[in-house]
Amino acid sequence: MIEVKNIHKNFGDLHVLKGIDLTVKKGEVVCVIGASGSGKSTLLYCINGLEKIQKGEVFVNGVSVHAKGTDINKLRQNLGMVFQQWNSFPHLTALENVALSPRIVKKMSKKEANETAKKQLIHVGLEDKLNVYPSALSGGQQQRLAIARALAMDPEYMLFDEATSALDPELVGEVLDTMRLLAKEGMTMICVTHEMSFARDVSDRVAYFHEGVMEEIGPPEQIFGKNPKSENTKKFLTNIR
Amino acid sequence: MEYTFQWRPVMRQLPDLLEAGFMTLQVSILAMILGTVIGLALALVRMNAPWQVRWLATTWIEVARNTPALFQLFFFGFGLGAFGINLSPFVIVLSGLTFNTAGYLAENFRGGFQAIPDTQLKAARSLGMSASQSYIRIIIPQVFRIIYHPMTNQMVWVVLMSSLGMLVGFRELTGETQFFASRTFRIFEYFMVTAIIYYFIVKIILGLSKLIAWRLFRY
Ligand SMILES: Nc1ncnc2c1ncn2[C@@H]1O[C@H](COP(=O)(O)OP(=O)(O)O)[C@@H](O)[C@H]1O
Ligand SMILES: [Mg+2]
Repeated sequence: MIEVKNIHKNFGDLHVLKGIDLTVKKGEVVCVIGASGSGKSTLLYCINGLEKIQKGEVFVNGVSVHAKGTDINKLRQNLGMVFQQWNSFPHLTALENVALSPRIVKKMSKKEANETAKKQLIHVGLEDKLNVYPSALSGGQQQRLAIARALAMDPEYMLFDEATSALDPELVGEVLDTMRLLAKEGMTMICVTHEMSFARDVSDRVAYFHEGVMEEIGPPEQIFGKNPKSENTKKFLTNIR
Repeated sequence: MEYTFQWRPVMRQLPDLLEAGFMTLQVSILAMILGTVIGLALALVRMNAPWQVRWLATTWIEVARNTPALFQLFFFGFGLGAFGINLSPFVIVLSGLTFNTAGYLAENFRGGFQAIPDTQLKAARSLGMSASQSYIRIIIPQVFRIIYHPMTNQMVWVVLMSSLGMLVGFRELTGETQFFASRTFRIFEYFMVTAIIYYFIVKIILGLSKLIAWRLFRY
């Protein structure tokens, strides 16, 4: 379970998260929508400790992410993250990209790590690209590579930060399909996304962010239906249609 | 005055000259290795350390880049000598070249680090890698590729700069040449041959550099 409890985040004078509460249970898929700059990415960074918080607490399986004594590297193994910018490591082949952290973080043998990597690359449909460098992959393939790389650590949770926003339109589908597959397999996911039909299809709940506040959270029927509770949600969805 | 070329004395000393050339190469490679390690450390300190330590790195870099290499060499020779610290010519030259190289490469490293998007570090950390694992496995290998050509240039520069070693009594290629040339008065011939040896040393370095790049940078 991921529990976000009243977190506040400032960048200098800029108050980016203004008291966010969110609980995500095992097996749940929560999509986060909202205008650019509303604090969606920052929320994900605060959940896996890539950004510090000024107030509040985040728990992952009961372990406090921002507490002093927490082994953050261990905790992050359980929280896969996929970023908007494709972050393949350009100097490593697809297989090496995926096998590296199982080997050096989880201390698997090289053979074991390579097998794990191969399994995940097959999982995301890149079985014919094992020895290819990222520069020879399309954006969609690189993003699937990033998903495989995160999955190779065998996380219980996956955080997606606009995984398809930087892609050419014709490549969005393959990445969303991979994410759908994960959702179907029961992965617990928090997906920041602008793909409303994806959010509607796969979410158990959808959260709408507005200027650092979670204005509304509820099942997709509520958010995307005729009458979302918040006027701002309604406005946002009308504008992007 | 007529000057008649006489190549025989030079040719007689050719083995000695080649040996001195080997000495040049040796001190240059050592200086390059030490300079790379220290330069990387200087860059990391300059980018990350608190000011109490940072000023040291900054000063090193500034002095190395903005004063004549000859003065830097003299510092380790006559400068330290004035304080009763007498280093051997080899150590003086090695220290001077290392000091200079570390300063130049530190700036290259810094530029290299800045060229890597910070999302690479975020991605590595999000996989559970520690900060040092992320740097060693992800960031620094990419930085080396970016600064590989400047590094090759620096290596060539080090070889040529090592000829200053003559002035602190180091019997590398130029020192050795000077020694023989002044003994036989065949100055032009000696320096001609030596120039050719330098030329080949540099060519060999450039060739090796290409080979290493081809081997390392497959992406
Ligand atoms: N590292 C940072 N330093 C300063 N401001 C930042 C930083 N990261 C994000 N911000 C600011 O925080 C706000 C929220 O950003 P972000 O979480 O990226 O929004 P979203 O993902 O919803 O588009 C924005 O105003 C952004 O400019
Ligand atoms: Mg964002």
